[in-house]
Amino acid sequence: MTTLLRETLTHSSIYMPTPARIVEVEQFTEVEKWFHLELPSGFTIDHKPGQFVEVSILGIGEAPISICSSPARSNGSFELCVRRVGKLTDALHRLDVGSMIAVRGPFGHGFPIDRFHGKDIIFIAGGLGLAPLRSLITEVLDERGKYGRVALLYGARTPNDFLFPADLAAWADREDVECHVTVDRPTEGWDGPVGVITTLLPKVKFPARNTVVAIVGPPVMYRFVLDELLAAGIAEGNIWLSFERQMKCGVGKCGHCQMHHIYTCQQGPVLSYAEVKNLEEALS
Amino acid sequence: MKILPKHSLKAWVERLRATHRVVAPRETYGQYIFEEIENADDLVLDYHTSVLPPKKYLLPPREDLFAFNAKTMEMSPLIEEIQPTVIMALHTCDLHAITLLDKIQGTGHTDQHYQARRRKTTLVSIECLKPCMDHAFCKSMGTLAVPEGFDVHLTDLGDRYAVDIGSEQGEQLIEGLSLFWEPVEADYDRVNQVMAGKWPNFDYRLDCDVTDLPDLLAASQDSALWDEVGDTCLACGQCTKVCPTCYCFDVLDEIDLKLEHGKRIRVWDSCLIEKFAVVAGGHNFRSSQARRLRHRFLRKGKYQFESYGLLGCVGCGRCALSCPAHITPIGLLNTLAERRRPATEEASSRS
Repeated sequence: MTTLLRETLTHSSIYMPTPARIVEVEQFTEVEKWFHLELPSGFTIDHKPGQFVEVSILGIGEAPISICSSPARSNGSFELCVRRVGKLTDALHRLDVGSMIAVRGPFGHGFPIDRFHGKDIIFIAGGLGLAPLRSLITEVLDERGKYGRVALLYGARTPNDFLFPADLAAWADREDVECHVTVDRPTEGWDGPVGVITTLLPKVKFPARNTVVAIVGPPVMYRFVLDELLAAGIAEGNIWLSFERQMKCGVGKCGHCQMHHIYTCQQGPVLSYAEVKNLEEALS
Repeated sequence: MKILPKHSLKAWVERLRATHRVVAPRETYGQYIFEEIENADDLVLDYHTSVLPPKKYLLPPREDLFAFNAKTMEMSPLIEEIQPTVIMALHTCDLHAITLLDKIQGTGHTDQHYQARRRKTTLVSIECLKPCMDHAFCKSMGTLAVPEGFDVHLTDLGDRYAVDIGSEQGEQLIEGLSLFWEPVEADYDRVNQVMAGKWPNFDYRLDCDVTDLPDLLAASQDSALWDEVGDTCLACGQCTKVCPTCYCFDVLDEIDLKLEHGKRIRVWDSCLIEKFAVVAGGHNFRSSQARRLRHRFLRKGKYQFESYGLLGCVGCGRCALSCPAHITPIGLLNTLAERRRPATEEASSRS
């Protein structure tokens, strides 16, 4: 008998989380740390790529964090990659293997993976955006035969800021994945491309028709990437973006994540460009 | 319909107090507040408007969500089981607001904290026969009549009340009480007379039809008025505190000095406050006061209608009354309507 984590919300209070144990960590960069978490026996997370959980440290607070592991490989455990950027994440970074946190979720709509079947896919990740995309990339690569050509474009500030180095190396080695990375500022010994992520787009030679794009990155990146994709003729409904907002409750009540009429924690965080193109607050 | 002679009102309230906490408007320093009444003599049914709407009994300003032990990771929900409560003398605008809150808190993920209070709360509303204050625009918003799903509704007929019962929960408040009379023909005539007499007492305060409101706001997204009015907004959040339909909240943890026992709580929050849409890292997705003000108005007049089929404003006027910068929805919406008009006329004359 397994219980889905989200079912606990209906038992008592939609605001009460379930404990989870940190079973593995890796410090990717100075500010980004990876956590492998385990739910209590009998629980499973059952998430979709692009969904998030509300992560609690009791006494400190709660914050929304995207799940970065593949749904197929979850089995009672899941992974998060967290940037130290606020009160909760600061405290989270101080925790090590064996520490307990608490989680609620998974929440929101992830990437509509059924609509990716048979299509060519371009993944575009800026910085920490690779974390939620990794969940989707892993799912796609696990069932590689269902999709057309696959390309990953990934931009980081410097070569020291790359996340998931082992995955990046594995993806780069695959012949059925086109991998392009760039950095804003090179460090000594870097001989790869330097420049913003849009400079990688011309390297991908997929025809615009039947190409689906999944983008996650900082708000400032979206406008520039979208301009290029639209100019290249990618259909508005085939461009999927994940929106970061302050999802305090995750259940469509607290109001903080609202973007025009959209509760990002419910209808989002993943939305198509077609859905948001007229929403001024979405892309500014 | 039943009839309650006015001289029996106190006896009814005393009977209710035996089994319920009875909350009603009470005069304090010239203003009215909803408060538990300890004596039927304190009951006021004729009042202008309350400082805070009765939502505070369903969504308290500060509410415990769950208790925890941070060391053992034990957690237990804190869902307050309130004693059966009757809220007396709600104006119909406030009743419409609770209808909206019911819908929102029950849609998608049901909020058990709200439900626990709501289940044990029975609402006794009263027909408004004259405007309660200058800022109210209930007639324009369509909230001057009792909404479906009311419990008990009173209409003042002079020396007696007409008592309409709209729900089983309402029925229980009068069941088996000999204080209530069956109406006679003259009572129905009197109700019709009172109701016909009340409507002319109220003006339509908005220059647009309520069904046009979502369109007006959609067409006014880029209006310069948001900047003009936004410049005067002090971002104090007073309007959201007094609003009967505002329910946004912040979540906080409280913990003892041993960092062991604590509670997660929620407190009222306001989308007018600068940091409301700021994400970790500092980016503010509604970075100007104009945008925050616009968000509040569009949420009330457009987004909630699209999401829940009900407008998020009931025209009570409390926000206008409490605004230190004198921003009023009547003024703002009518200016938008006025500025939109020439453009529309021009467009139609061209075509």
